[in-house]
Amino acid sequence: MPPTENIPSATGETAPSASATPAIEFKDVEKSFGKTTVLKDLNFSVAPGERVTLIGPSGSGKTTILRLVMTLEELTGGYIYIDGKPLTHTERDGKRVELPSKVTRSMTTRIGMVFQQFNLFPNMTVLENIIEAPVHVLGKSKAEASKEAKALLEKVGLAEKADEHPTRLSGGQQQRVAIARALAMSPEILLLDEVTSALDPELVGDVLAVLRDIAETTDITMLLVTHEMQFARDVSHRVMMFDGGQVLEEGPPDQIFNNPEHERTRSFLSSVL
Amino acid sequence: MIWNWEFAAEALPILLRGFVNTLIATAVGTLIAVVLGLIIAVAIRGLPRWINWLIRLLVAFVRNTPLIMQLMFVYFIFAGIPGLVDIPALVVGFIVIGIHYSTYMSESYRAGIDAVPPGQHEAATALSLPPVRKFTAVVLPQALRATVPSLGNYAVAMFKDTPFLFAISVVELVTSAQQFGAAKFAYTEAFTLAGIIFLAASYPTSLLIQRMEKRLATY
Amino acid sequence: MTDNIQTLLNFLPQLWEGVQTTLILTVLGSIGAVVIALVLGLAMTSTHRWLRVPARIIVEFFRGTSLLVQLFWLFYVFPLLGVDLDPMVCGIGALALNYGAYSAEVVRSSIITVDKGQWEGAIALSLSPTRRMTRVIFPQAWALMIPSLATLLIQLLKGSAVVSFITLQDLTEKIDQLRQSTNDTYFSFTIGLIIYFVIAWLLQEFMNFLERRATARLGRRRPNSRTDRRATRRDAREALRQDRLNSRLRGAGAGPGSGNAGGGL
Repeated sequence: MPPTENIPSATGETAPSASATPAIEFKDVEKSFGKTTVLKDLNFSVAPGERVTLIGPSGSGKTTILRLVMTLEELTGGYIYIDGKPLTHTERDGKRVELPSKVTRSMTTRIGMVFQQFNLFPNMTVLENIIEAPVHVLGKSKAEASKEAKALLEKVGLAEKADEHPTRLSGGQQQRVAIARALAMSPEILLLDEVTSALDPELVGDVLAVLRDIAETTDITMLLVTHEMQFARDVSHRVMMFDGGQVLEEGPPDQIFNNPEHERTRSFLSSVL
Repeated sequence: MIWNWEFAAEALPILLRGFVNTLIATAVGTLIAVVLGLIIAVAIRGLPRWINWLIRLLVAFVRNTPLIMQLMFVYFIFAGIPGLVDIPALVVGFIVIGIHYSTYMSESYRAGIDAVPPGQHEAATALSLPPVRKFTAVVLPQALRATVPSLGNYAVAMFKDTPFLFAISVVELVTSAQQFGAAKFAYTEAFTLAGIIFLAASYPTSLLIQRMEKRLATY
Repeated sequence: MTDNIQTLLNFLPQLWEGVQTTLILTVLGSIGAVVIALVLGLAMTSTHRWLRVPARIIVEFFRGTSLLVQLFWLFYVFPLLGVDLDPMVCGIGALALNYGAYSAEVVRSSIITVDKGQWEGAIALSLSPTRRMTRVIFPQAWALMIPSLATLLIQLLKGSAVVSFITLQDLTEKIDQLRQSTNDTYFSFTIGLIIYFVIAWLLQEFMNFLERRATARLGRRRPNSRTDRRATRRDAREALRQDRLNSRLRGAGAGPGSGNAGGGL
């Protein structure tokens, strides 16, 4: 039984062209934790403005991919390029060389990430959370950053919470603040790591609505890991099914959800839907 | 050369003799503290509120005032009581150090008892166990398991506080080092050796306790 | 008794001098200890081996050799090496080194106890390593370390009585002089212990104030244990955790790789 044939797809637009310099490119990426290899010989790229959802069973390495792009994990082999420039390692005279951390950090300013557990800083107010990086990393003035932060809070529907401490907010509100915090850096790439998984079911809708709005009104490249299949189908241009650290199959959401090639994809989808 | 091996060789047996007193003070002190600490922690539960309050105040008082002054206090009091004058300073030492550390250990016992999950109390009640049995057979064994590493750490701490017996002239390790140093003007050798002996005894012990703690943490 | 009171009144200026000496030792000793603790504690969380390992060795050394040994070393051995230190400097130095080593372990374990997500959040915002530590991690670790630091501060106060062994006229020494002039052990030592107790109580209040301020910054309120049973259990586990930490701080404590000092049960 094709498990998802009743889900309508909202993706009317065409996918961004893949011919331009990719926003993200994985080249022969390998990641192992001690003796356990999670990713091996992984190659794929994401076009600018493209929104890609990674699906697959737990342990398939999809969250690791996001964490590698955000430099939260050390890349044990291969290269990652952002806008064609190396992120953590580069090839020099045929050798793999680690880049200085300052260079890597200047690259990561283009990348934003929203976490499952929000990771807001409890020692700062909502507004301070949002302006911290724009002021101290991008060097914006406090006034300018605050003005932009308030506009972002408006956008996520939390304008009146600017001076609250994050711990006083509900999970859904915290996550929307976290989204605003990531957007405040005007990232070219946004990584969303199971952003609704820690939320009570009734709070998921607000967060997804905000993300849908971002997808529709901006051309930020997005890489997401989610269990919200309807959402994935609605916003993404492409879905990649991972299994055992490899891309098992990929394609437009309609194809993957309605007509998957692989039996494993089928059984995975029927287990999560 | 500031270091004289001859002095060092001469000092070592003297220091080790002092070290015997250090070990006696630690061992007996620990015994007193372990027993008295438990009595304080358990007794506090069954007593009327005002006595309870009084004990807590006393415990806080002993805990928050210097061991050195407590040692001198008791030493001079004993010296003033005809029947107690002849009690060796070492005995005063381990009694006071034991009482001092019992206030810390009672706190460990209390924390351990409080951390026993309420389900355990409830299950024991559901089995209609009498209160004393409930406490001794169900609550206490679990509490002790959580408490043992803390007690061990306090014993090591007590060991490192035994040089304070210097205040009442007990010839323990550091006092013997000081005496030797003064007699031969060989402070470097005496105190360095004393430090090494302390380190050699306390560090492995605390590693051992640490390993025990990890083992006890998992059922 | 009236004689005692009269002797005490005459002795008051001297007693006050002793209290001042004890307070100076405590305050300067703890400031020194905090500086040492920050340097060694941060070094012990470093990813660089050549920072972490020496820091760990220094910490274990000063925790494992007793306070009095360190004091006597500064007082008796340093002059032989050609360095004549004022007894007051010896006292402050020994207290700072000994309790600084203990506090370094508190700093280290508090920093590694801060939620991993906080580090990741800071990396995701591309904050520099310095900014990450000073703005995000340390303020949260600070709130965690205050209770243990408070315990150590009181222990430092109590430990400061060792300076009476190296000719310093601190509170303990003055009380012993009072005993000699009144010839009344009960009277003089009770006064001495009460003064120490009051100082300890004031220090504890000060640390409680710091802790309230630090937790308020984190937007947390202390759970109301009367209405929330789960919170009570949490408090009990927290008390056990705290006790373990304190006991370990008193003992020679955690060796290398004991990353779970602040961790759960």
